[in-house]
Amino acid sequence: MISLQGITKRFGDHTVFHDIDLSLSQGEIIVIIGPSGTGKSTLLRCINFLEKPDAGRLQVGDLSVDTQRASRADILALRRRTAFVFQNYGLFANKTALENISEGMIVVDKLPKAKAHARAREILQRIGLAEKADAYPASLSGGQQQRVGIGRAMAANADVILFDEPTSSLDPQWVEEVLSLMKQLAVERQTMIVVTHEMQFAREVADRVVFMDEGGIVEQAPPEELFTAPKDERTRHFLRKILAPMGQPVP
Amino acid sequence: MLNLDYMWGLLPVLLRYLPLTLQMATIAMCFALILACLLAVVRVSKVPFFNGVALLFISFFRGTPLLVQLFLFYYGLPQLISALISITGVTAAVLGLTLHFSAYMAESIRAAIVGIDRSQTEAALSIGMTQSQLMRRIILPQATRVATPTLMNYFIDMIKATSLAFTLGVTELMGATQKEAAGSFLYLEAFLLVALIYWAVVEVLSWGQRRLEIYLNKAYQR
Repeated sequence: MISLQGITKRFGDHTVFHDIDLSLSQGEIIVIIGPSGTGKSTLLRCINFLEKPDAGRLQVGDLSVDTQRASRADILALRRRTAFVFQNYGLFANKTALENISEGMIVVDKLPKAKAHARAREILQRIGLAEKADAYPASLSGGQQQRVGIGRAMAANADVILFDEPTSSLDPQWVEEVLSLMKQLAVERQTMIVVTHEMQFAREVADRVVFMDEGGIVEQAPPEELFTAPKDERTRHFLRKILAPMGQPVP
Repeated sequence: MLNLDYMWGLLPVLLRYLPLTLQMATIAMCFALILACLLAVVRVSKVPFFNGVALLFISFFRGTPLLVQLFLFYYGLPQLISALISITGVTAAVLGLTLHFSAYMAESIRAAIVGIDRSQTEAALSIGMTQSQLMRRIILPQATRVATPTLMNYFIDMIKATSLAFTLGVTELMGATQKEAAGSFLYLEAFLLVALIYWAVVEVLSWGQRRLEIYLNKAYQR
């Protein structure tokens, strides 16, 4: 239902990744792991066209876009079908929690304001922030801000939600509430691609874990397989380095 | 001692010229805001040719004294462009104030736009907003808040700078005071009074500025 075909991204002379293929079906949850600087975030950003890929095709639902010939309309359509959750939340500072969630429905989907606000209130209920509807981002905790960020992504009614290290800039005490909201979405079979260093989350929630290193996908497998019996030496090396200090079993 | 009776009598005379002073400042401020926004957007988006023009414009009007610019428009340019011979002192003053202050204001508006953190731009684009929706709904409202204190300062500065129009023969607040003082020889009283009038106007505006800032800041209270 979602597929990346031959996606390549370069910054100047440096090739971030080359010829990436990845596909997922509706309701599937993919977690991408790997060392820093291997292009995991850049790959997510390419799917949302925050970065323009240098080659390849993107398909989301019935929308298929050649990234080199994408028109403005293609890009806008693609973005509306792929919601993004940012590491630094990216909430609109001049808008309340409610307005942050309703903004896209009003401006992009052209929903009447009353209807958009009603839907935004439902979403606030689901993310457990109904009483914060009129609060501005500056008055919310990091965890609450990120939940609003996720709420805004939910409001897009997108085919897939892309999470770019959603808990990496959170104080430790807020990580759990954000992860548990993501788990709740997973239970509802929301299609998502998550870039994260939260290995426990990957183990529990992912249908498939993708290991990226040195600008390519090294291997991908269900978590129980990838975490216990990785095929590639690089995967094994990475997992040992990251899991051992956390006291988790290493392959 | 100060001749208070004279000052008291002069007050209503001078106040008749206050509207002209405020009109010149307000009209110049409106044009300057529009021009400054255009310059700022050109600078931020780095439109190839126009960016250079904007840079040159800003450099010249910040780099030369306002008085020189006013003389240039009123006395100098008509020599070159005959259509400008009929330019009135008021028009030349408004033109000069507009161009001069727009150069300063453009830079503070540009700084305010650039100061909005990049993550909000990306977030707006990620949900499918167009560039113009992003500008209108997310960036400009926040840039307005950031730029307001400095823009208000420029407006206050501009009100005082209208006094230079008297050098172009305009009888505004300062010009009127000059005439009255020359007639009565009570210079201290006349100029002290006009100073107090400018001060009072600026105080009223500062009060308005504080109210406006409180309103604009309501989204940012922790």
